[in-house]
Amino acid sequence: MANLARKKNAIGIGWDDISLSGLAYFISGLFAIMCVIPFIYVIVYSLSPYSEYLKNPFSLIPNKITFEAYEMAFNYQYLWSGYKNTIFIAVVGTICSMILLVLTAYPLTKNDFKGRKAIMTLWIITMFFSGGMIPNYFLMRSLNLLNNLWAIVLPGLLGAYNLILMMNYIKGLPTSLEEAALIDGANDLQVLFKVVLPLCLPILATLGLFTIVGYWNTYFSSIIYLTKREKWPLQLVLREIVFESAANEMQQGMAAEERIVQPFTLKMSSIVIATLPIMCVYPFLQKYFMAGLVLGGVKE
Amino acid sequence: MRTETLAAATSKKPNNRLRELGAYLVKKRYLYLMSIPGLVYIIIFKYVPMYGIMMAFQDFNFKKGIFGSPFNNFANFKQLFTSDIFYNVFLNSITLSVMRLIITFPIPIILALLLNEIKLKYFKKFSQTFMYLPHFISWVVLGGILTNFLSMNDGLINFLIEYLTGKRINFLGSAEWFRAVIIGSSIWKEAGWGTIVYLAGLSAINPDYYEAATVDGANRYQKLWYITIPGLANTIVVMLILAVGGLMNNGFEQIYLFQNGLNISVSDVFETYTYRIGIVGGRYSYSTAVGLFQSVVAAIMLFSANYVSNKIRGDSLLR
Repeated sequence: MANLARKKNAIGIGWDDISLSGLAYFISGLFAIMCVIPFIYVIVYSLSPYSEYLKNPFSLIPNKITFEAYEMAFNYQYLWSGYKNTIFIAVVGTICSMILLVLTAYPLTKNDFKGRKAIMTLWIITMFFSGGMIPNYFLMRSLNLLNNLWAIVLPGLLGAYNLILMMNYIKGLPTSLEEAALIDGANDLQVLFKVVLPLCLPILATLGLFTIVGYWNTYFSSIIYLTKREKWPLQLVLREIVFESAANEMQQGMAAEERIVQPFTLKMSSIVIATLPIMCVYPFLQKYFMAGLVLGGVKE
Repeated sequence: MRTETLAAATSKKPNNRLRELGAYLVKKRYLYLMSIPGLVYIIIFKYVPMYGIMMAFQDFNFKKGIFGSPFNNFANFKQLFTSDIFYNVFLNSITLSVMRLIITFPIPIILALLLNEIKLKYFKKFSQTFMYLPHFISWVVLGGILTNFLSMNDGLINFLIEYLTGKRINFLGSAEWFRAVIIGSSIWKEAGWGTIVYLAGLSAINPDYYEAATVDGANRYQKLWYITIPGLANTIVVMLILAVGGLMNNGFEQIYLFQNGLNISVSDVFETYTYRIGIVGGRYSYSTAVGLFQSVVAAIMLFSANYVSNKIRGDSLLR
């Protein structure tokens, strides 16, 4: 031990530094590469012919580049309707979600708001217990929302978890501004929209981005409530292309010799098309990763 | 005299209270107006479905609806507890989620500890950016990529395995590989993102400890073992309790993608079973009963997790 310590003093770096750093760099680097390589693969082989892939599947540099698969995918009408539906769900859902979140959270942060405890209890119960798949299906059925995009928007509009996060954030804001506004004769509505809301923009941006990504990626409620194909969101259309035989259907009406694009390449290009918007939002999302810490599950 | 005032006070009090309450409501009218949409929302979309659970105790029929359908003396539950399929589903759900918990839980911790040892800022930042990426991609996309990679005919991983062993493995069409595929894809999607909570915990450790340890001649493994890991213990316990509380959720979106006729004996879990017999098969009452069983067990687990958290940390996870 003493020997090791002396060695360290002489060069400044000991065996422990070398081995631990080596391990840390190696494993983190390896895992990071494993996370990103599949995406690079998908992009590369959506752009190069299937024959190139079979020649050398381990190569990441394509010899030939062709956009045929993309042309074909863009000609598939359900990919377009899927895009349209998903954009509607994600944008409308996120806007409504944020409005409802602010309106619900703000009164619950006021200690002199009578009924606060009762409403909070109602929300807490939803964290432990929920109706489940079939009763929710019947609710949508009786609201006449089957095959309606609002059936996807509405159930995920507000959850107890986001509500508590929002309330904690508002409680953490300085109260002096609010009090000053109240003394100046502003009512609660004015205080909320003119004083509190501008201060809440960072958390609204964070929760909003996570909400929009959530709506974009989900297909669980769509598979239950939407049976008409033209109502399907992107993820369901993509699921059909990738997991079922829709990739063949995309080339229907073409003579066999014209089918130059292999289903493999078509799947890859469809994946890229469906993921592109998320990739565009990703750099912005990164800015909010630190806020995502709170979302990660640990309070305080 | 005294009784008189007392009588006057008691007769006047409700009136006063009512007036006070009225004045209070007028003063706070905007706060109440604001809470109306949220209340309407929670009642319609959270509590009406809870009422719909009544179906589980009924012989539900469309014409009569939830209010008119006859109760059937727990027949759905009797059928449930005597059904072999149900036991298989229960066993599959528990096996998969326990296996997943044991295997996936330590990985983000190890990754976070290793990331914490990295001194090159850019290397750390880039690794983190790459590791978090799969979390934001949908299961359909990840599942699509994975099925292409694991494909028997032209999958990259099978090419590699064939090169090494001369055989190909049917990952997607066999019961024995199903759990490995699910757990592996869970690690790929969520392990990187999972580090974020632990990295936050690590940044909260007082740097003085490390300096003191350096002065005392501790090496980096000793610092890791005696300072870093104990400093992270609280976060680890919280995350473990949360994970145990969520053990009944297997995640429909992931499992449904990889489920097929060849692996259904192990891939059928509560979510997919309820979907198949309820939404697809139309046995509404019975599948509601299955769903209710799942929610009740999940609620018990969450309560227990919360109770344990109270005992250990003196703070509940949910307020």
